[in-house]
Amino acid sequence: MISYSDLLRITWPEIAVALAGLLALTLDLTILRRSATALRFQVAALIACIGCIAGIALLHHPGTLSSLPDSMFVVTPAVRLVQIALLVLTVLTVVLSASARFTGHVGEYIAIILFATVAMMFLVATQNLLLIFVALEFLSLSLYVLAGFDKTSPQSAEAALKYFLFGGMSAGFLLFGMSLLYGLSGSIELPRIAAALGGPQLDPLLLVAIVMVAIGFGFKVAAAPFHLWAPDAYQGAPTVSAGFIASSSKVASFFIFAQVAVIGLATAAGSGGAHGYTPGWVPVLCIVAALSVVLGNLAAIAQTSIRRLLAYSAIGHAGYMLLGLIDRTPQGLSALIYYVITYALASLGAFGVLGALESQGVDRLESLRCLSKRAPGLALCLLVFLLSLAGIPPLSGFFAKFYIFATTLNAEPHFGLLWLVLLAIAMSAVSLYYYLRVLKYAFVAEDAAGAKPLAVSTLTRITLWIIAALVILFGCAPGLLLGPLSHAIQLQ
Amino acid sequence: MITILTLFPIFGGLAVLALSRARTAARALALAIAAATLIMAILIWRVFDPGHIGMQFQEVHEWAPSLGIAYHVGVDGLGVLMITLAAMVTLMSLVASWSNQKLTPVYCALILFLEAGLFGTFTALNFVHWFIFWELSLIPAFFLIRLYGGPGRARAATQFFLYTMVGSIALLLAFLALFLATGRFDFIELTHLSQAGQLTPALANLHWHGTTAHIAQLLFWASFLGFAVKTPVVPFHTWLPAAYAEAPSEATMVLTGAMSKMGIYGFLRILLPIFPEQMQQARTPLLILAVASIVLPAFAAWVQKDLKRTFAYSSINHLGYCVLGVCVAAQFTEMRLAPERAAALTGVLLQIFSHALTAATLFWTVALIERRTGGFRGVEEFGGLRRVIPVFAGLMGITIFASLGLPGLSGFPGEFLIFKGSFPLATWATVVSVLGLLMTAVFLLSVIQKVFSGPVNTRWQAMQDLTTAERLTLAPAIALMFVVGLYPQLITGMIHATIAQWATGVGF
Amino acid sequence: MLAWTIYVSFIGALAARLSPSKQLARVLALLTAIAGFGLTLAALIHFQPGRILEVASVAWIPQLGIEYHLAADGISMTVLLLTGIAAIAGILFSWNIEHRTQEFFAFYLVLIGGVYGVFLSFNLFLLFVFYEIAIIPKYFLIAIWGSVPRETAAGANPGAAREYAAMKLALYSFAGSALVLAGMAAVWTLSPGHSLNFEVLAQVPFSAHFQMWAFPMVFVGFAVLAGMWPFHTWAPTGHAAAPTAASMLLAGVVMKLGAYGCLRVAMMLFPRGLDPWRFHFLGLGSWRDVFAVLAVIGIVYGASVALVQRDFKFVIGYSSVSHMGFVLLGLMTLTQIGLDGAVFQMFSHGIIAGLLFAVVGRMVYDRTHTRDFAQLEPMGLARVIPFAAVTFILACVASIGMPGFSGFIAEFQVLVGAWRSIPWTAIVAGIGILVGIAFTWRALTKAFFGEPAPAAAHDHPLPPITFPEKCGAILLLATTLIVGLYPRILTDLILPTLNSPLFEGLRTGAWR
Repeated sequence: MISYSDLLRITWPEIAVALAGLLALTLDLTILRRSATALRFQVAALIACIGCIAGIALLHHPGTLSSLPDSMFVVTPAVRLVQIALLVLTVLTVVLSASARFTGHVGEYIAIILFATVAMMFLVATQNLLLIFVALEFLSLSLYVLAGFDKTSPQSAEAALKYFLFGGMSAGFLLFGMSLLYGLSGSIELPRIAAALGGPQLDPLLLVAIVMVAIGFGFKVAAAPFHLWAPDAYQGAPTVSAGFIASSSKVASFFIFAQVAVIGLATAAGSGGAHGYTPGWVPVLCIVAALSVVLGNLAAIAQTSIRRLLAYSAIGHAGYMLLGLIDRTPQGLSALIYYVITYALASLGAFGVLGALESQGVDRLESLRCLSKRAPGLALCLLVFLLSLAGIPPLSGFFAKFYIFATTLNAEPHFGLLWLVLLAIAMSAVSLYYYLRVLKYAFVAEDAAGAKPLAVSTLTRITLWIIAALVILFGCAPGLLLGPLSHAIQLQ
Repeated sequence: MITILTLFPIFGGLAVLALSRARTAARALALAIAAATLIMAILIWRVFDPGHIGMQFQEVHEWAPSLGIAYHVGVDGLGVLMITLAAMVTLMSLVASWSNQKLTPVYCALILFLEAGLFGTFTALNFVHWFIFWELSLIPAFFLIRLYGGPGRARAATQFFLYTMVGSIALLLAFLALFLATGRFDFIELTHLSQAGQLTPALANLHWHGTTAHIAQLLFWASFLGFAVKTPVVPFHTWLPAAYAEAPSEATMVLTGAMSKMGIYGFLRILLPIFPEQMQQARTPLLILAVASIVLPAFAAWVQKDLKRTFAYSSINHLGYCVLGVCVAAQFTEMRLAPERAAALTGVLLQIFSHALTAATLFWTVALIERRTGGFRGVEEFGGLRRVIPVFAGLMGITIFASLGLPGLSGFPGEFLIFKGSFPLATWATVVSVLGLLMTAVFLLSVIQKVFSGPVNTRWQAMQDLTTAERLTLAPAIALMFVVGLYPQLITGMIHATIAQWATGVGF
Repeated sequence: MLAWTIYVSFIGALAARLSPSKQLARVLALLTAIAGFGLTLAALIHFQPGRILEVASVAWIPQLGIEYHLAADGISMTVLLLTGIAAIAGILFSWNIEHRTQEFFAFYLVLIGGVYGVFLSFNLFLLFVFYEIAIIPKYFLIAIWGSVPRETAAGANPGAAREYAAMKLALYSFAGSALVLAGMAAVWTLSPGHSLNFEVLAQVPFSAHFQMWAFPMVFVGFAVLAGMWPFHTWAPTGHAAAPTAASMLLAGVVMKLGAYGCLRVAMMLFPRGLDPWRFHFLGLGSWRDVFAVLAVIGIVYGASVALVQRDFKFVIGYSSVSHMGFVLLGLMTLTQIGLDGAVFQMFSHGIIAGLLFAVVGRMVYDRTHTRDFAQLEPMGLARVIPFAAVTFILACVASIGMPGFSGFIAEFQVLVGAWRSIPWTAIVAGIGILVGIAFTWRALTKAFFGEPAPAAAHDHPLPPITFPEKCGAILLLATTLIVGLYPRILTDLILPTLNSPLFEGLRTGAWR
């Protein structure tokens, strides 16, 4: 049995963040009701930051490092690291949104972001199917609301609706898959499921369950062919929300996907190698990854809207990250975590730059024209983020790609997955094309007429610089992130 | 010493270029440099020990040892003769161009570069090093024609360049093959191999189809092509009349006087020592070509309307004698004929010197006429000039007689010795060549007749005779013709050791 | 000390970007380039040929066994020298850039820093990192400052041509490096302790089967940047569209990155990949045959296409393809002399191509604003800008392999090597040289020695050749002459390195 004091002790960080959300909401609705939007945003953001930082501080407390029975709550060093990353990303998101002006419902907005963060923190910290589903739905609901938060924009509403419909459907698939798993194994705890499913022969029903779970998570992480909501959601949602969906929620979703697959389905992995195919979830993921990588990168070429472009590139990146799942060793997990974190940073940064440009209204590629002259700092940040996404050293995206490709090759003997790695690398070469196209508008295109300097708030600028610095730092010295990461994972 | 001699005109040329703003000063500098090089050449001539067999003034420096490339220079009798005449002709050319204002300091610099190329060619003993200068001399020559030539200069220059280039490439390929077979580029080492009879067997290293003898023959013909184009030998001569005619006459002096000798030099320095067997095997076709080079251009010269083209063909004709001399000497089976071979080769060297002198002077005189007539030089356009400009007519007449081999003048001893040597060695070729000799006399005399005799062309009634300066500058050249004609030992003394060595079995 | 070549370049880039005035940016860039060259020279003084000069070795990503390992052997020193000289010359020839000057030099120096990094890396991962760092500045240098032929300048988007060229170049480079990345990931999984240090990898006996597919993959990946036919098409368009300094660097140094990678990574690490197959396909019996054939095709094809170009810069662009074919052919000879020739040709072509592009791009195009032979011919440029004409003549002479210039020693060694190993390639390459003479000749006469049209020539007197241009031209000319006349400067660096333990596998494996 668990005592409430234990529960309280373990979930202190989550509670701190949730309290901060409530506090921000209350303050905004009471004292600051009549104040200017800017002030309200700043105060709310400040509270949120304090909450998150408190959460991070509390995470360092050794008392949080324990678990509850029934795998309800399993806080390992790796989980704690991911939670810290989530909180840091949330802080950055909140600060970026502090200069946004699209809504008057400041308190709600910040609070929902924080609630979503809490959901994510729970999501990554559990190995219980029930709690996974609950946390995932909590997170999804928050994200639907965030996507549709700009009530003045029909696009935003459309984005939210599409996101909601697809998300709801995926939840159905996921639930179906989970119930099959439960039925087959008689347990909702991931380690026990794995133990129960052990056997040389793969049950056809288990295969159905695997496919269902893959579809469900595939929707969440926007992997092809379950990606259809992503471009519209990214395009229509308020920029900061889109950034949040693209960054933090990716981190959490991928981590839990990895937990379910690697821990829960450890005995039903199979192999997708060129030499020996055996059914299991690995071949399924191989196919999904290959599809995502190809479709995402090729479709991105044709886009003229930057956000849609980023959405398709996100689909491509989801494919790369799925590669990280395929290697089921601790090393593979560390590659995956490294990838999602650095991807989330670069992606959030890119959306942050777009958000800063939002005063321009449009998100056509042309609107970036002459950016290097109008806002040199912003242009430089964009360069760093996009090149990191493209995988150019010495930025973190490059190292992440190398690591994930190397571990994937390592996953099967005799380079069984070489085909997949080659495909992924080839597509990453394609990706440079559309990233460079964006940068071409920012740096090369000249526009004598509209070349007036762009006003960017100091806060946003500093945040973007910090994100850019992190992207460069993790690229130049991957050890900074990898050190704690491998430390944490080997402790597991 | 030889390095300094070669580099001196290059740096001199650069200095002239640097000075090119000050036109007169630059040209004077060029003249001074040419004079200084001539003095250096004469110094070498003086210091050279004619009794010594083998190379003198040798300098060897490593360059790219892995490729068998070294900086190796040295001169024997042949080399000394060549550098002297190159220096002499260059100085003559620069003197001749002094009063032609069209010829800028750049022109003078190009002539000096050409001179350096000639020196390098005549002294280098390693193929690569030699080939650099062989090709480098082509570039200034090309620009002399291309930039300062007559109306057809573009075509003439290109033709000249392409022909020589093709020849050079054949030559280069032949030596690459030799290098791949033996690992050597050094002329002297290759000659020693050849003397020891190891060259042909070594060609088996190439792993080519065909016997080594065939390969050796092929290499010989490839090298021959290179020299034949340069000399030129009929039928590879067609670039020459156009090039000589289009180049300014002052530049043609160097082209014919010194540059055409590069081909003959190649025959003597490379073909004869390195490919003696092959040359002997190919003797009959070679002789046919040599005879053709003597007879056909003589007929061609007869029908030319342009003085420069006439003299250009006469140049081919005269060098034909040299080729004949070299080819008849390529007969090593009968040792008792060694004196004849020596005579022929001595004749060749004398003829080289004499032709350099007379041909250069002839084009000089053409330059003088052109300057007076404003560019007219058609054979038919003159007449009776003897009465208008007697001194000029006299000097040009002497030159023409020297050229056709009148005893007492420089042309005679050379041609005589060639025929003396060739008659017992290749009777039929000599007989036919004598016909060419006859034609040489015919067309040269017809030039004298058409230009100097007959009724005075009224147009040139007021033509001015040679000025004192012109007389004084021409005089040494004319005098030298007499000296060599009357006292050929001046030259034979220098070369007898070299010749003796060649005649008894070719070698260095 | 040598590591500072990299850092100095990056610091210089930053300084140039932040510099308040254009002139200061130029001077800073020049000083940076000179400092880089000076550091290389200083290192050369104490350099022992055949030994490896350790520069830096620090654990970088210990979790993955990746070290920050900089070192130099004779081959690296050769190309480092080339980089230093090309960088200085490039800056001298871009002295007249007025448009976004600071950014130009910043990108330029980042590129230089990346190149230094590649040549100094003794860790595969690090090499790859620097290799990719060099790609992005290239894109911007071409896309922003590129030159545009006059015909398209009148069109709707004047930058389209150069943006196209820049993108093509970036994508080709990136596609090539993608293959390398795949190979690198594979090596990482096989290497003991996941080390990617060259000294370690050179000792690892990778299985013959692995080498057989890893070698062609990595080789092709690098050879794309070396302009190997049929992956060369980025080169002519890229060279033609780039600003002068960038063309100089592209042809002079960046193409060498590819060739260097081919030797240093593909051949040094996977020598067994060159072994004969157990079968013959179209008469080809090994990867070595395949690449030798491609190299030879490149030599002849590049020269032939250059022969019919109307655009002056394209002629030089295609000539680069042809000359780089010699590097690849030299590598594939697998003889000591051929490999020596290949490295020598890297150096030599770097200098000569730089010179040619300097004349075409800076001296001619920046003055006449055309590269079309039809328009250049009536100008009779030899009389208008004689310095350019003389420089170009000497560059041409060097380019066609005239003895006395560096090109001769290089191409000659390659030919000798080719003759000894695959004789027919030597013959075809010889034909390529002949075609090379022909197109050089054609370009020279058309561009400089056309008949001047009576009126047109003196309408707009062209600005005279400036002092920086003269310095740059003399620097490059002197280099090619010195190396040509005293090739031991380089061969003494290269040959002992080829005999060092690093190349043991290549020597014992396929080196016959």
